[in-house]
Amino acid sequence: MRPILMKGHERPLTFLKYNRDGDLLFSCAKDHNPTVWFADNGERLGTYRGHNGAVWCCDVTRDSGRLITGSADQTAKLWNVQTGQQLFTFNFDSPAKSVDFSVGDKLAVITTDPFMELSSAIHIKRIAKDPADQIGESVRVIKGPQGRINRAVWGPLNQTIISGGEDSILRIWDTETGKLLKETDKESGHKKTITSLVKSADGSHFLTGSLDKSAKLWDSRTLTLIKTYVTGSPVNGVAMSPLLDHVVLGGGQEASAVTTTDHRAGKFEAKFYDKILQEEIGGVKGHFGPINALAFNPDGKSFSSGGEDGYVRLHHFDPEYFNIKI
Amino acid sequence: MAHLSEPAKLRWGELEEDDGEDLDFLLPPRQVIGPDENGIKRVIEYKFDDDGNKVKITTTTRTRKLANARVSKRAIERRSWPKFGDAVQEDVGARLTMVSTEEILLERPKAIGSNKEDSSNIDPLAHQKGAVLMVCRTCGKKGDHWTSRCPYKDLAQPAEGFVDKPPAADGAAAAAAGGKGAYVPPSLRAGAERTTGSDMRRRNDENSVRVTNLSEDTREPDLLELFRPFGTVSRVYVAIDQKTGMSRGFGFVNFVSREDAQRAINKLNGYGYDNLILRVEWATPRTT
Repeated sequence: MRPILMKGHERPLTFLKYNRDGDLLFSCAKDHNPTVWFADNGERLGTYRGHNGAVWCCDVTRDSGRLITGSADQTAKLWNVQTGQQLFTFNFDSPAKSVDFSVGDKLAVITTDPFMELSSAIHIKRIAKDPADQIGESVRVIKGPQGRINRAVWGPLNQTIISGGEDSILRIWDTETGKLLKETDKESGHKKTITSLVKSADGSHFLTGSLDKSAKLWDSRTLTLIKTYVTGSPVNGVAMSPLLDHVVLGGGQEASAVTTTDHRAGKFEAKFYDKILQEEIGGVKGHFGPINALAFNPDGKSFSSGGEDGYVRLHHFDPEYFNIKI
Repeated sequence: MAHLSEPAKLRWGELEEDDGEDLDFLLPPRQVIGPDENGIKRVIEYKFDDDGNKVKITTTTRTRKLANARVSKRAIERRSWPKFGDAVQEDVGARLTMVSTEEILLERPKAIGSNKEDSSNIDPLAHQKGAVLMVCRTCGKKGDHWTSRCPYKDLAQPAEGFVDKPPAADGAAAAAAGGKGAYVPPSLRAGAERTTGSDMRRRNDENSVRVTNLSEDTREPDLLELFRPFGTVSRVYVAIDQKTGMSRGFGFVNFVSREDAQRAINKLNGYGYDNLILRVEWATPRTT
């Protein structure tokens, strides 16, 4: 396959997200402008101007009408996807790391980093239908985990919130009460920072990537460990194919070590694993730095990767990919 | 794709000389032709380059329709959304989106099973059938090879008849010692008992062929496969970087007979292998 290279960002990529129809690809980077691309040919549709810091995460509503972004400028912003117009700004006292719309797009979960004396927190915000009615108050604030919460997503039926971060423990919280329901133990859990978390298409299970050079597949309700995928380098981004039983892990050595070692030692590959057999299927090379973000098109026929090198690489699979046998 | 050409019809050049800088209004407007039925779209732009010459930039793009791609109505609608943000002023020359010139494949990892098979193939004569009468006096293998062709003969302890050892190796040792009169370590002196260490070195130097410019994916079995047709290979070695575990791009192949090695050099030097051009030569004896 010949990947499409998109060079819109001047700084490392942080997050990639497809909309539900799979025709738009949203990219976030450490430069301040989240960007939307056409997911078929990689043409740039627009940028969302207004943030004043690295943008860590974004999510788009099911109807592709609104975009929410979380940024290191201590805000999360709501945008009109079509026009790039800023609709609302949620102000925090520390950087916003992760954002996620609930099923139905009526709520959003936003995590904030520990900063100065503040501890990290998970905020639940109500998203109004009409941006004029939008308020900044949190419905609920959950505190507890130590260190940065790198990702928080909604569990099945919005009843729970699943979070994971620097303390390498995955937690399931009750949305209604804010109580901790479940957390991973030392044996099955990750050993180092959890960097990424992605839900399966049906939300029944989810995949986490960690700096302990592994990715793990978990049940969304019971938080039981289903599978473990071991790789040779820290995992920064994970993705799950909605079509085939494949998972993709992206990563590479830490950015600080890149210049001190041979480029081949970097392992800047997106590695494909069989979801069930936990065996490696193959690797897709191309980035000049660690892969920070991965996303699968909802149709399962293409995927994109965003790297520390500032490029988004959009891969449309060759027909052979769909016949791979282990 | 973008090709530059001097303006043909109009003589704007004369006007340019009249007043200096901002002549953009003189340029013909941007033209967009297509996309036609083949999906070819042509964008023609005009601008002044640094020397004040008018330059016509024609950008031809082809949009290919993917077969049986199902797209929702909303997605088709979104296709015609106007650009916004920084994408508005995007000029054709910006080329934010490019198709990789490199074909990227999903690289399959080497199956563990196939690797094992390769290592068992290292002995090229192992699969020859109907040679049960062959018994090697050096290594004691039956039905494998004749004594004279034993690939392990240099591994074996030197027999009592050490005098008839190949002169080539002796010459190498003498060369290493730096001619007559120079100090020769006891282990290298004529008639001295060889220690295993020097024996190993001798083995490395004998009929040894250095292969450089190997691709980093090349492993010892690959090299063996490449060199086996020229004769019996006694040793294959690919230098592996200890830190990275990747090939360092060179290796050594030892042949049992010198003629085979020479043939391999003649044939494979300059041979294209894994999109690289191999360099195959005699390995010079180590001076250390």
